[in-house]
Amino acid sequence: MGSSAALDAPAPVGFAEKIWRINWGLVLVLTAIAGIGVLALYSAAGGRFEPWAARHAVRYGSAFMLMLVVALIHPKVWLSLAWPIYIVSVLMLVAVDVIGKIGMGAQRWLVIGPMQIQPSEIAKVAVILVIARYYHGLRREQASQFLYTLPPLMMILVVVGLVMVQPDLGTAMMVLMGGGALLFVAGVRIWMFLAAGIGAVACLPIAWSLMHDYQKRRVLTFLDPDRDPLGAGYHITQSKIAIGSGGMFGKGFLKGTQSSLNFLPEKQTDFIFTTFVEEWGMAGAMVLLGLFALVVVWGFSIAFRSQHHFGRLLALGVTAMLFLYVFINTAMVMGMLPVVGVPLPLVSNGGTALLSVMFACGLLIGVNVYRDAQLPRTR
Amino acid sequence: MKNFRKGDGERSGLFTRRALVLGGAQAVLMTALAGRLYQLQVVETDRFATMAEENRINMRLLAPSRGQIFDRSGVPLAVNRNNFRAMATSDRGRGADLLVERLDQIFSLGEAEKVRLLRELRRSRSAQPIVVRENLGWEEVARLEFNAPDLPGVFIDLGQSRDYPEGELMSHIVGYTGRVADEDLAGRDDPVLQLATMRFGKKGVERSLEDNLRGRAGAVQVEVNAVGRVVRELDRTEGQPGANALLTIDLDIQRFATEKMKEHKSGSVVVLDVVTGDVIAMVSTPGFDPSTFARGITQTEWRDLLDNPERPLHNKAIAGVYPPGSTYKMVTALAALEAKVIDPWTRLPCVGFLELGSIKFHCWLKGGHGSTNVTEALACSCDCFFYEAARRAGIDRVSDMAQRLGFGKVSELGLPGESAANQPTRAWKQEKIGKPWQHGDTFNLGIGQGYMTATPLQLAIMTARIANGGYEVQPNLLLAKATPREELAPPAVRTKPTAPSLRLNPQHLAIVRQGMSDVVNGSLGTANALRVKQPELTFAGKTGTAQVKRITEREREMGITQASLPWHLRHHALFVCYGPVDNPRYACAVIVEHGQAGGATAGPIGRDVLVETMKRDPSRRTDRFKKMASR
Repeated sequence: MGSSAALDAPAPVGFAEKIWRINWGLVLVLTAIAGIGVLALYSAAGGRFEPWAARHAVRYGSAFMLMLVVALIHPKVWLSLAWPIYIVSVLMLVAVDVIGKIGMGAQRWLVIGPMQIQPSEIAKVAVILVIARYYHGLRREQASQFLYTLPPLMMILVVVGLVMVQPDLGTAMMVLMGGGALLFVAGVRIWMFLAAGIGAVACLPIAWSLMHDYQKRRVLTFLDPDRDPLGAGYHITQSKIAIGSGGMFGKGFLKGTQSSLNFLPEKQTDFIFTTFVEEWGMAGAMVLLGLFALVVVWGFSIAFRSQHHFGRLLALGVTAMLFLYVFINTAMVMGMLPVVGVPLPLVSNGGTALLSVMFACGLLIGVNVYRDAQLPRTR
Repeated sequence: MKNFRKGDGERSGLFTRRALVLGGAQAVLMTALAGRLYQLQVVETDRFATMAEENRINMRLLAPSRGQIFDRSGVPLAVNRNNFRAMATSDRGRGADLLVERLDQIFSLGEAEKVRLLRELRRSRSAQPIVVRENLGWEEVARLEFNAPDLPGVFIDLGQSRDYPEGELMSHIVGYTGRVADEDLAGRDDPVLQLATMRFGKKGVERSLEDNLRGRAGAVQVEVNAVGRVVRELDRTEGQPGANALLTIDLDIQRFATEKMKEHKSGSVVVLDVVTGDVIAMVSTPGFDPSTFARGITQTEWRDLLDNPERPLHNKAIAGVYPPGSTYKMVTALAALEAKVIDPWTRLPCVGFLELGSIKFHCWLKGGHGSTNVTEALACSCDCFFYEAARRAGIDRVSDMAQRLGFGKVSELGLPGESAANQPTRAWKQEKIGKPWQHGDTFNLGIGQGYMTATPLQLAIMTARIANGGYEVQPNLLLAKATPREELAPPAVRTKPTAPSLRLNPQHLAIVRQGMSDVVNGSLGTANALRVKQPELTFAGKTGTAQVKRITEREREMGITQASLPWHLRHHALFVCYGPVDNPRYACAVIVEHGQAGGATAGPIGRDVLVETMKRDPSRRTDRFKKMASR
């Protein structure tokens, strides 16, 4: 197999070529988004680098290095590491749930030495890797068969279930929808999605009964924010006031009253978009969303140019994940979705999410660098 | 290998199609986000901008400094002193329970206070802060500051609270202030009254001059954060302090009269300037300590005050009603003289009683006074003379004269709680009792008994109107008012009444005054013992004893006397007087509740107070004010 492959295969890519193949434009866009994050965090702290903005910049720097390293690793390594990574992340999720049970309450963190890790962030990437790995190994006909759809469904649902009990509704939604998007592009038949959709609607009452009180309240508040304007609806109402009062061009840098006077909840994490948009207006929001859109378009083009199925699925999975992050977060702060606790990638304060997003971007760029690598369907 | 490539081509075709569908869906969702942004930031931006400003900006009213109250020579009676208060703004009622628990740990509030705070925190729409506790000491201020991080929305405010330096002495006149009640808001739309720190006059001058003393609110626009803490001040308009008031009261005479009343359980003294109507002194004993109200009265203190049989909260000078007894005889005399049913020389007989049908009307002197004219009858207080004089004049004329002299109606003094007492008329009896007026009723009225009642203030007004030559003076407590204290000054001295004349025959008034003079200065006078030797201090008066319980013929035979009755059934002792006798300036009315005999109990108090007033002559002296004011 080795010799026949050599006939068709292009010459091995040298190191300089690899560096050249890194999407530097994409890297620039990502850095610009992180720069907006630094700006917004500086403002959220009332015009100070402490406690968030400076740390965010430093974290981005190290995550940036991680991304470049990941981008230069050959996809075959990821192909072989997909399963181990997935299994480790599932074990960590179980561990976190168990510790959470003991700690009486929501638990999302795992403390390993000096590090605090959010396993659900790693699991997001792990699910993409393992599903891409799975469909890479299938033939076209197999991919559209029902039986072959069950294993990836299980891979998704195991993670979704473990994340749900933490409870972290936002991440669960993201894994479910991101996984679904991957199954869709991998060629699962449309009727199965329709059946799943109908099944999901049928299961809604069961899901409702399993939800925590605060989750139910959030959903009800989302459906009617005026139901409890001083309680659970307070956050979303204040966020809408902040965004709306920003107007076309915003109140000006460091002049956002809603954030500086603390009317905004979680202004440095989930509601960072609101903080930014209050000061920079719709113009600023369109710039930020435009940069994210650019990332997504880039992701699609990388997926299309990949010569191997693993790369295609990996690139598209990462792109879908980024899109979901952005969409769920911004739709949530604008009152279009319930408040589920999803950060805005590269902008919100928070280390693990930043690392996992940059790791994913590294995978994405890696697909471009090794777009014409030869990957056997089976090992 | 070929299979591999071919298969991949097929897979890639499907992938591309599906990916384009996915990309399309994402584009649709992105468009939805942009649409939502447009809706929030362009279409509805004005509404949200207003809401953001409402969040951020708070209008807070600044309580004006309340006007201070002084006596006529400038001695402070009601002043403001600094008061450190703990205030709280509720974060729209959130966390109120926790906040109250923490405040309880600092101040040990007690259950009732906790309930009040919770109620007010929930009710207050974050606009106006509520009062947690007043009059904080330094230690409490320090403890609060130390715990500030745990107490969101709590802050210390320097305000003013009322202080009454003369305390009980001036309690009935000055009154006190309290929290604004719902009934205080009626007819007043002053927004400052909504302030939790605002105090409102409840009694006395604090109440009657409330609209003068209050002043106008200032306002401050502040930027607040989400927990209601003020971040900075945006705009400020200063209010206007309330007007300061100079009262007509002379504190020295007020104190002197109060001292004189000390030996009796309860009673009242009123001293009027007969020319101006100025109230020089107005005593009602016992009084109360107004500082208990200023710091917030407790339930037990309030009950004790209400249950006291001597009624310390009751201003007896204006709200105590008593039969005027013989002090009413001047009214009967004037009514009869003006009606020309008697003249100054008419002599009427007295054998100790007068019979009307089968009923005997007794004179206080068992053997009778023999034949007396009106002057002599007043001097010896002959009842029979006035039974007959009243009969001749008739109820209508007597009532009319009494009303002209001030009985039966509320004066223009303005203090809350003043009683009109009762000046009976034919119509009144028909309406209230349902029976027609009887001759016997006229007899009783002629000597100030029966249905007749009067307040000490009304007795003083009557005396003043007789003494000043028949001018309808009205009692008055406010000498001057001015917003800057420097402009506060008493008006020029007046020697002639400006009140309208009652158009009484001056000769008749002179006759009645002669009778009152003879009460004190004549050899037959009932208060002959009170006579003053110095010519410039000579005065005229009239004693009175008002029946509380009628001692029946049988009881009298059983030897029951006034002194043997329990205190609350004994007669009231009354005395009215004016002086100096030649050129009257001051009138005084005294009632000693259950003091038994007017001449013996009330008389000496009246004399001492009147003589003291004449000596000090407060109406003609303004130099003392200048001395006080310049201090």
